[in-house]
Amino acid sequence: MSIILPKGTQAPAFTLRVTPDQSLSLDDFRGRRVVLAFYPADWSPVCGDQMSLYNHVLPEFRRLGAELLGVSVDGAWCHQAFARDRKLHFALLSDFEPKGAVAKSYGAYRSAEGVAERALFVIDEKGMITWSYCSPVALNPGADGILDALEALPPLERQDDAAQGSRNVA
Amino acid sequence: MTQLKVPVTSLDHVLGDDDALVTVVEYGDYECPHCGAAQPVLGQILAQFGNQLRLVYRHFPLIEIHPVAGPAAEAAEFAGSRGKFWKMHQAIFANQQRLSVPLLIALAAQLDLSPIELRDALASGAFVAKVRGDFMGGVRSGVNGTPTFFVNGVRHDSPYGAADLSSEINRAILAAAA
Repeated sequence: MSIILPKGTQAPAFTLRVTPDQSLSLDDFRGRRVVLAFYPADWSPVCGDQMSLYNHVLPEFRRLGAELLGVSVDGAWCHQAFARDRKLHFALLSDFEPKGAVAKSYGAYRSAEGVAERALFVIDEKGMITWSYCSPVALNPGADGILDALEALPPLERQDDAAQGSRNVA
Repeated sequence: MTQLKVPVTSLDHVLGDDDALVTVVEYGDYECPHCGAAQPVLGQILAQFGNQLRLVYRHFPLIEIHPVAGPAAEAAEFAGSRGKFWKMHQAIFANQQRLSVPLLIALAAQLDLSPIELRDALASGAFVAKVRGDFMGGVRSGVNGTPTFFVNGVRHDSPYGAADLSSEINRAILAAAA
């Protein structure tokens, strides 16, 4: 398993494609909290795959002031088809070119297989990693660790610009 | 070891003896084929262990991918509020291949429950909060898919799922007797 960036590290900046013609940057979320979920690949063959599970927990993440972003090395077209099939309501980012560069910057890349680890990061409103966890790649880590980490953060100060109108990134 | 965070209470649906040595808590989804496949296995296990084992069922419907799983869980709760949870539970799994809201209402009629009251309960979302409560309790306990089982409060992490629950239950019985 990789050594992922620990808490107390500034989260590396990135800009990645979400759809074939849309991109998102970590900086877009400055002032808000972000859950960054790296995972190996779209199209896991089980009912309760990690991204589907998080899709169902999304209202809780948002209630706790956090936006969820999924990241894998799959291409934007693949993400689009997967998100549509699973009815995902959050953005999947494509760490496709140069392949895995963002996963590598977080220490969450499996060179042997050429995919991201199952690595979770909670990033605060100042862009600081406040919690990280790397799961065995075959084991869906669930959402309990993320929720505990979000609840451990101090209450988010209301920032009128940032808090208004939840950006619909999906 | 991932632990169950929500204790078993009288709000739960329990099959078996309250004094049983071992409690298995299942988090399930009525539209999940793996949950359907686990049902006969659970039936055998309950028969095998008799009054040493009790089974608790909690809802974990993945409603975005299983559109009838939510109403099915609510229909089971509706039946539960009228003392027929397990009958509805079994009827739903027995009809998993053809689940729909009209079918749920027909199942209610077959169990001598009022189809009109079930229709109204589904329309008003009378049991949505109970089902969502089960779901979020599961999330906090580390449920990461369905079915997820807890044996005396510890998550059963096995690639074989229900198939090797009985050896885990045997271990729990030995531990409880020690």
